[in-house]
Amino acid sequence: MAIIAIDKEKIARIKPPVIKTGVIGWLKENLFNGVINSLLTIIIFLFMVKFVPPFIKWAFVDSVWFSTSQVCKECEGACWSAITKNFRFMIFGIYPYELHWRPFVSMLSLFTLLYFTYYRKYWSKTLLYAWLAGLVAMAVLMKGGIFGLTPVPTEMWGGLPLTLLLSIFGLTAAYPLGVILALGRDSKLPGIRYMCVTYIELIRGVPLISLLFMASIIFPLFLPEGVTINKILRAQAAIIFFTAAYIAEVVRGGLQGMNKGQYEAADALGLNYYQTMRLIILPQALKIVIPPTVSVLVSAFKDTSLVVIISLYDLLFAAKTVIQKPQWNGFSTEVYIFVAILYFLGCFSMSNFSRKLEEELDTDKRS
Amino acid sequence: MPFWLDSDKRAIFYQIFTFLMVGLLAYYLVNNTLINLEKQNIASGFEFLEKEAAFEIGETPIQYSAADSYGRALIVGALNTLKVSFVGIILCLIIGIIVGVARLSTNWLVSRIALIYIEVMQNIPVLLQLFFWYALFYESFPGPRQALNPIDGLFICNRGVAMGIPASHPAHKFIIIALVLGLVISFIIKKWAKKRQDETGTDFPVFWTSVGITLGLPLVVWLIAGAPSEMDIPALKGFNFKGGLMMSPEFIALLLGLVIYTSAFVAEAVRAGIQAVSRGQTEAAMSIGLKKSHILNLVVLPQALRIIIPPLTSQMLNLTKNSSLAIAIGFPDFVSVANTTINQTGQSIEGVALIMLCYLTFSLSTSVFMNWYNKKSKLVER
Amino acid sequence: MKVVKLFVVFLATLAMTTAAMAGTLDEVKKRGMIKVGVNGSVFGFGMPDDKGVWKGLDVDTGRAVSAAVFGDPDKVEFIALTGVQRLPALQSGEIDVLCRNTTQTLTRETKAGLNFAQPNYYDGQGFLVPKKLGVKSAKELDGATVCVLPGTTTEMNAADYFRANNMKWKPVVIENTAELNNAFFAGRCDCLTSDASQLAANRSVAPNPADYELLPEIISKEPLAPVVRHGDDQWYDIVNWTVMALIQAEEFGITSKNVDQMLKSNNPGIKRFLGVTPGMGTQLGLSDKWAYNIVKMVGNYGEIFEKNIGPKTPLALERGLNALWTEGGLMYAAPVR
Repeated sequence: MAIIAIDKEKIARIKPPVIKTGVIGWLKENLFNGVINSLLTIIIFLFMVKFVPPFIKWAFVDSVWFSTSQVCKECEGACWSAITKNFRFMIFGIYPYELHWRPFVSMLSLFTLLYFTYYRKYWSKTLLYAWLAGLVAMAVLMKGGIFGLTPVPTEMWGGLPLTLLLSIFGLTAAYPLGVILALGRDSKLPGIRYMCVTYIELIRGVPLISLLFMASIIFPLFLPEGVTINKILRAQAAIIFFTAAYIAEVVRGGLQGMNKGQYEAADALGLNYYQTMRLIILPQALKIVIPPTVSVLVSAFKDTSLVVIISLYDLLFAAKTVIQKPQWNGFSTEVYIFVAILYFLGCFSMSNFSRKLEEELDTDKRS
Repeated sequence: MPFWLDSDKRAIFYQIFTFLMVGLLAYYLVNNTLINLEKQNIASGFEFLEKEAAFEIGETPIQYSAADSYGRALIVGALNTLKVSFVGIILCLIIGIIVGVARLSTNWLVSRIALIYIEVMQNIPVLLQLFFWYALFYESFPGPRQALNPIDGLFICNRGVAMGIPASHPAHKFIIIALVLGLVISFIIKKWAKKRQDETGTDFPVFWTSVGITLGLPLVVWLIAGAPSEMDIPALKGFNFKGGLMMSPEFIALLLGLVIYTSAFVAEAVRAGIQAVSRGQTEAAMSIGLKKSHILNLVVLPQALRIIIPPLTSQMLNLTKNSSLAIAIGFPDFVSVANTTINQTGQSIEGVALIMLCYLTFSLSTSVFMNWYNKKSKLVER
Repeated sequence: MKVVKLFVVFLATLAMTTAAMAGTLDEVKKRGMIKVGVNGSVFGFGMPDDKGVWKGLDVDTGRAVSAAVFGDPDKVEFIALTGVQRLPALQSGEIDVLCRNTTQTLTRETKAGLNFAQPNYYDGQGFLVPKKLGVKSAKELDGATVCVLPGTTTEMNAADYFRANNMKWKPVVIENTAELNNAFFAGRCDCLTSDASQLAANRSVAPNPADYELLPEIISKEPLAPVVRHGDDQWYDIVNWTVMALIQAEEFGITSKNVDQMLKSNNPGIKRFLGVTPGMGTQLGLSDKWAYNIVKMVGNYGEIFEKNIGPKTPLALERGLNALWTEGGLMYAAPVR
């Protein structure tokens, strides 16, 4: 038996063939692995050559960033001045100009809370209380009227803070309502079950815009003479009732995913319905449905843009108001791109969060 | 036993109590409404549907003029909604499936672009997309007199897209009949081939035969009719293009916005569905020697479809419901016509009720159809 | 379920604001704010500027009411309303007065239960066309595509006009004025129809205003006036006479700059008007300084016209029908006496 000495180091020093590694290897592996793929790559590449440089030229090279509208109208490229010059109006809408620090601080605290919520290690009761306190503080800060803050009627709220408030409060209020509806839909009592089913299916069957119409033009008729609820609150209510139906469906999914044994075990312990739900079923079911709930939040966030149709000064409407002004008429592309980026950042970080959670909560890693 | 300890009786009590509460609330609201309507002199009921509408509608699939009734105007709106949803759903499925498959492509560039498409389009509100496409359309295309004419018979201008279509000819009716006939025959062949394969094991090229029959029959009819090939080419007359098929910018912007937004979700569902079919299935199919097309048709797709169909259904419904945003860019869909009606008659309750009823009908009928389809596709499972 | 419903009712009660319909003035005073419904997207009439401050002719009319009631023009909450929202908002009491270029019509006064004050703008519907179209009269518009705001009297007028002249047309209806304007300038439509004032405004913001012209036909009358609910005469009087005071001040030549000197005027009419001779304001349930406050804080009609829509603004509108009656217009105020 011959002993062959293997010089491990020497082997390690031998490089793999050049076509398997490095740029060429990567290209071969990922872009040109087969006739069709090569063809696709070439076509896409040609497309990019044709469209990307003009876009970059429009958006960055020829563009103006801090000019008057007059300069913009003569300029070939993008007019980002439409945004920089109207930035505060687009972000804060018709909120009183000298009080902009208040919505600004509100948003800052909201982002801080969101930041801590993003990392699961910070999840605790304290964070929950911080959220509750934060939401109340934000509302107070926006509304004013106490602590010597000038009161600002809700009619004057606008821009990004309004968008955020509508979605955050929308979800906070819709969540419990949705859970109750889901429980009702799974209830053994036929009367309650049918009522919940009807509600959920009815709401899910109609577009949000019809509910917003209802809130903005019919709802005043429902109230006794002389009683009114302001417009933003009515829109908020419509968003809540709408979102609740979707949350109910999500939660129901979680409830159905529960093992029957859990119910039986709870029964065996002699727990009644409320105890079973509160202590056994809901904590588990709600944990399963956190990721889909976040996607409901993402839709709710996007759906708030629909309040444009009932003339609320949310982010989108404020932006539209800008392009309506004689000076900035015709720069809609720039303004819409800016708003789209804001919405994208919001939604994308939320869906990212949901994906991260999905991985972290997936204790069952057998798949 | 006192009744509050009897869980059955208690259940009845709970339900009665809930009904009572809801009933009271409903009574309160209805009562207020009636008082308010009375006080503000607003008529109620649906008599207004028969009154003269006195407004024009830009796009009318059926005959309509300002002298027609509100009812007819609303029907025009509903048809417009159906039109945009139908075309939208088909385009959305095609694009969604392409992007979803592209997302799984081994070509890095293709899958990256699909990923970017999905992420970006999903995360921008559909209303914003509608505004964007609409603005882009009319801001970047020339007027009708300088219309772009990329290929013969196709004109693109800021009034929309005008397309040449075959001029109407009596043979068209028969061609359509032949097409339907072809479809029916294909269906019968499929049944027969399945039966024969079950009995004898011999394979029959169903797909190509069906394609041949479905396309061949109308072609034969067309040839018999003397191959009428006259085209109705749009021409600039007066202010606008006349003749051919004209699609308005509102319609195109709405379609683009809805399709691009929804197809991103469809793509995501398709990707998830295909990925959910475990690799072992494909390998098992390979090992028993199935052809590549058979692996896809008989093993992967049936399983993937069952996962894909439910989210797909809800996306189609979403598209239909989102088409209500047409009002923001001026496409005369149902909501837009109803909005004008409410504005003119002041009968907001009836108007909004009609909107809800209209969409509920669409949603429920789609659900019913999809449930039927779900049950059918479930049969594959043992 | 029931808990939720109760909770909702509870929340609703918290959020509700009760307004006694009988005395809008008392209610407004108690609240310390007047709620004014405005358009929100018509430049020059009612739209927030880049600091979010409301500007426009309709907005200033609302501020004038506030000056008359509170002696402070800024005790106003402006609420942007779409066409379909405006009347229900007023009927339900969500707003106290509607200053949203609303045309006075018989149906609106009777069936909708509203009262229109003195018009603060006289308008008429016309057509704006690009010059290169070569159209010289509205009668030549057969087959045209027309941009129009939906659900307005404008839309119905246009439908009537085309029917009466046996012409075909294709409407493009967009709820949002800005969207509609942009569509027209980009050539989406052959002509734009709206109130003539609007059209002039639209033309002035066009990329090249000289490319567009107004057709000679004016096809309707559009007296645009502030609106209040039926059944509160005192509040109606206040709104009505606020507009009258704006006009009267211009007729007297009283401006926000010279109003303090005018207090020394010997003209008995001016003395009554400015409250030097007391008795007028109190009859309205206001202070005698009401008209003084309006002029001092907001200006006279001519001033607010110049400031918001006059020749020096981007809209560059001429006074036309809205000149004083002494100058050939229709602005004619009943005497304050």
